[in-house]
Amino acid sequence: MNSALIWNIARFILLLMAQVLIFNRINLFGYINPFPYILFIILYPVNGNRYGLLLSSFFLGLIMDMFCNSGGVHAASCLILANYRPYIFKFSFGLSYEYQTVKLNDVLTPERFSFILIAVVLHHFTLFILEIFSFYFIWDIIERTILTTLFTLITCIIIIYIIKPSKR
Amino acid sequence: MQQIFSFLFKNSYRILFLLLLFLSLGLTIQSHSYHKSKIISSANFFTGGIYQRINNVNEYFNLKSQNDELAKENARLKTILFNLKDTTKLHFPDSILGVKKNQLIVSKVIHNSYNVHENFLTINTGSKSGIKTDMGVINSAGIIGIVDKVSPNYATVISILNIQSKINAKIKKSNHFGSLIWNGKNTGYVQLIDVPRLAGVRKGDTIVTGGQSHIFPENIGIGTIDKVYVDNETNYYTLDVKLFNDMTNLGYVYIIKSKDREEIINLEKQSKKDE
Repeated sequence: MNSALIWNIARFILLLMAQVLIFNRINLFGYINPFPYILFIILYPVNGNRYGLLLSSFFLGLIMDMFCNSGGVHAASCLILANYRPYIFKFSFGLSYEYQTVKLNDVLTPERFSFILIAVVLHHFTLFILEIFSFYFIWDIIERTILTTLFTLITCIIIIYIIKPSKR
Repeated sequence: MQQIFSFLFKNSYRILFLLLLFLSLGLTIQSHSYHKSKIISSANFFTGGIYQRINNVNEYFNLKSQNDELAKENARLKTILFNLKDTTKLHFPDSILGVKKNQLIVSKVIHNSYNVHENFLTINTGSKSGIKTDMGVINSAGIIGIVDKVSPNYATVISILNIQSKINAKIKKSNHFGSLIWNGKNTGYVQLIDVPRLAGVRKGDTIVTGGQSHIFPENIGIGTIDKVYVDNETNYYTLDVKLFNDMTNLGYVYIIKSKDREEIINLEKQSKKDE
């Protein structure tokens, strides 16, 4: 139990650092940045403390907002993702997901892929709606959501594969 | 009473979620209104300090382009200097009186964003160096933005690449005024709107800051006209302005500290009160 807590804290700090130092500066085509820091919320233990997840994802988003000068958009979208995470689990892994041991950082199966995909789309869509905050730019919101989702998805899967605990 | 407590206890997760959601949505909405400066910004010692560290490493990568820019500016200033007919004219009347109208504070951009619709820069000088909200920020090529939030050592700047920024500008040749905005599309171009149809505009004309605001002094370069079209709704001209600055690569900037500024602000406040 304690090691899980330490893993979570380490993930929180490392992902945030990687996001600020590396991924916020990529600017592919001038405006596309991946947001792999949400891996913290995705990889949070399934049976972990719900309140802990809610609070930590709020602060994760808030620190991102500080770095990006974006008000509260990351905090809000992280919070929404954290809140709806159990429903996405239910959708992707079936109703009894809590009793199986769902391990996300393992070989990529369709269930795991669909879970990460839905989580990323949900987060990015709320993020860009709140960030742009105007129906005048609706196509911009959709375009950015799609492109950034693709980019984040690839980065997330690569990161999961890199930090995958080595099998015996 | 007990029922209330049990209700709160049962729904504590949902209540916590809603509370945090309202908090973050409040921060979001507040950040989208221009006149309230942000509560959460990168002008604090934590994020500012990290950006400063990153920048210490990063600045080596664009030493060459920064050098070129400085050399170009030097050449331009020397051209002006050598072409003065009389060197005694160097003593502008302002400095004889000991009153300098505008003072420049040098600073460095330590974080630059240009990939969203509301872009902000972070610079590494703050209130300790005399920087205050609503001061103009320029560099050797042209305008950059307006200071937003200030902490002791850092400040954030609303970039001209921010859909909420609105700066008074004019066509250099004919003195027709307009407002400079950004449509959120291309980082190399901004738009000058509300230019009267009377103004004779042509592609390639220079756009400079107008004298109507106390943020920027008059005649600071912004860019050149790239495209002219008539707005269907207002029947005014809208001009696409190609910026002199490359907003994606910024190094040293100057913050304009105007002597008259506070006097003007006080005056405007008083006249508003009298109304």
